[in-house]
Amino acid sequence: MARSVTTSRKTMTTLFAGTLGLLIFFPVLWIVILSFKSEGDAIKAPLEVLFSTGWTAESYSAVQARSDYPKHFLNSVVIAFGSTLLGLLIAIPAAWAMAFVPAKRTKHVLMWMLSTKMLPPVGVLIPIYLIYRDLGILDSRIGLVFVLMMINLPIIIWMLFTYFREIPGEVLEAARMDGASLREEIIHVLAPMAIPGMASTALLNIILAWNEAFWTLNLTSAKAAPLTAFIASYSSPEGLFYAKLSAASVMAIAPILVLGWFSQKQLVRGLTFGAVK
Amino acid sequence: MKLARAMFGATALAAAATTAATAAELTIATVNNSDMIIMQELSSQFEEASGHTLNWVVLEENVLRQRVTTDIATGGGSFDVITIGAYEAPIWGAQDWLAQLDDLGDAYDYDDIFEPVRNGLSANGSLYAVPFYAESSFTFYRTDLFEMAGIEAPDEQITYDEFAEIVAKVHDPDNGVFGTCQRGKAGWGENMAFVGPLVNAFGGRWFDMDWNPTIDSPEWKAALTYYVDLMHSYGPPGAESNGHNENRALFADGKCATWVDATSAAGYIYNPAESSVSDTTGFFQAPKQVTDKGTGWFWAWALAIPASSKQVDAAKEFLSWSTSKEYVALVGETKGWVAAPPGTRASTYANPAYTEAAPFAETVLNSILAANPADATRDPVPYTGVQFVAIPEFQGIGNYVGQQVAAALAGQQSVDEALANSQQFAVREMTKAGYIE
Repeated sequence: MARSVTTSRKTMTTLFAGTLGLLIFFPVLWIVILSFKSEGDAIKAPLEVLFSTGWTAESYSAVQARSDYPKHFLNSVVIAFGSTLLGLLIAIPAAWAMAFVPAKRTKHVLMWMLSTKMLPPVGVLIPIYLIYRDLGILDSRIGLVFVLMMINLPIIIWMLFTYFREIPGEVLEAARMDGASLREEIIHVLAPMAIPGMASTALLNIILAWNEAFWTLNLTSAKAAPLTAFIASYSSPEGLFYAKLSAASVMAIAPILVLGWFSQKQLVRGLTFGAVK
Repeated sequence: MKLARAMFGATALAAAATTAATAAELTIATVNNSDMIIMQELSSQFEEASGHTLNWVVLEENVLRQRVTTDIATGGGSFDVITIGAYEAPIWGAQDWLAQLDDLGDAYDYDDIFEPVRNGLSANGSLYAVPFYAESSFTFYRTDLFEMAGIEAPDEQITYDEFAEIVAKVHDPDNGVFGTCQRGKAGWGENMAFVGPLVNAFGGRWFDMDWNPTIDSPEWKAALTYYVDLMHSYGPPGAESNGHNENRALFADGKCATWVDATSAAGYIYNPAESSVSDTTGFFQAPKQVTDKGTGWFWAWALAIPASSKQVDAAKEFLSWSTSKEYVALVGETKGWVAAPPGTRASTYANPAYTEAAPFAETVLNSILAANPADATRDPVPYTGVQFVAIPEFQGIGNYVGQQVAAALAGQQSVDEALANSQQFAVREMTKAGYIE
């Protein structure tokens, strides 16, 4: 039987959730506000910023005029989607093996993979930089796709492993008894059942790759620089660029924000997959 | 000016004739400030004349430093031209990380570049970076507030004690004007850019002749006590989070009566489109105390070529163009003379068009010429640099001391504690680096 909830309690909960939501969203909102202010107004005290009357889109036109936004955007799309796709191609068979045919040390392997995420990236910057220099893939999209796939791979495998474990092994066994090959088993039986989980894994990794700023700044210069480098070009300790920096940030986060908005149902469904049996 | 334009055209054409056959693609790493933006805008003229293509990588100063260091140290060759400061140029030059730039030709007119600027960018007698613009520090003040308070603007260098007396008279927080705004945000390039010359003025130094840190000396204590007291009494609230940008906005908004900071900010403060005090701002030298040595800082943004670049000749062509007399004239004619890169060439200051458009030109020039990185302290020191020490270890030490100073300004610890912590850290770092045992 459902618990009865009083109206005042409902109001309180809604208010609390609303406030919390606003607090989390506030930095984004503030960036949007600053992006429509002049540089002089943008650096004023917060209340002065809110009540200053001048609203202008000049920062957007200045950013458009000075930077090649489409080039950075395209690089971000290729890098984020490319690394996620490549990651899924490797992670799906790996997670399948760990979930359905676990070996004696599968758990150790899983923990070891996760432990690589505990290493500060700067610790391997020089070796990777040297390897990339020798392979001639510095400042290339393929280089970034590969490195971002590598750093996100443990998360992809872990997430898929968790989803796959929720799927009854008997279903796969039945498919096998009906004569399905391993490839058919994964593509026609496992994949359709795990689509919510795979979709949320893909979305989360696209967001992670889109926002990644250490490797994308350190391994690129002019050609493969994505939107993180586009934002970084408006940051300066000498000179007023707050409004332009905000405009660049809005332009950089807008695509991923829209993607997140339209796929939030899928994302939540995937993230809570298996929470209730 | 037509002559300058014709000369510029001739130089560009000559460059085009010699390089048309070997058009190169140059990658230029630079910082984000108004002078660099102008260079980026005008660079299409260089591309047209030379046939070379330019790719721009614009990054925040610290990110750029880390990015370029990684690339040079590993010989990555990602960049052909890099923007570096007066701190890096001699250190990186001495390590053979940069190409020598002594052969840009007679037309480049090396003698036209101010000697302190040239010296600041050289190592072992060779030039490793060419100056794009240079700056010192001086005191911005509000002429209207000084007049109301009956204060005569100083003709000669005053002491910090006299400065504090002036600040006390113009401090009027009830009307939204603070006596003084100085940098408080932690960082070797932020608060320490002001505190460093202040310590010099009080007779202090970073190291003695044997490289022993001297941050716990009475001179440092006197300087830091003065700074904290001055800011607590007459500074704006939350000064510990104000860097150059924040103070610049405060001063331009009429909230500060005085401000000791970069001469390069004068163009902004004098621009009526961006500053509400453009016609009520005057300048005088940064104050002294027990000595007048090292009281105004020296900084230059310069262009250099990493030794790992595969297109050194084409990169040198770009450097010859972007730091030439003709480039200064080009900026003056197309963007207005007040926007011309300051502080590098004598010819800029001999040009009446510039001195008319920039009333601060003479004070800036005097400040830059007075800043001598090779003799910036009362007592002898084994290092060069006014507001920094030109050794690789300084960045870490300067940042740490900057944090301690900011904590003292915020009231989180006493001046004595800040100095003791800083001394301890500096001793540890210098021991680790092998300067002392």
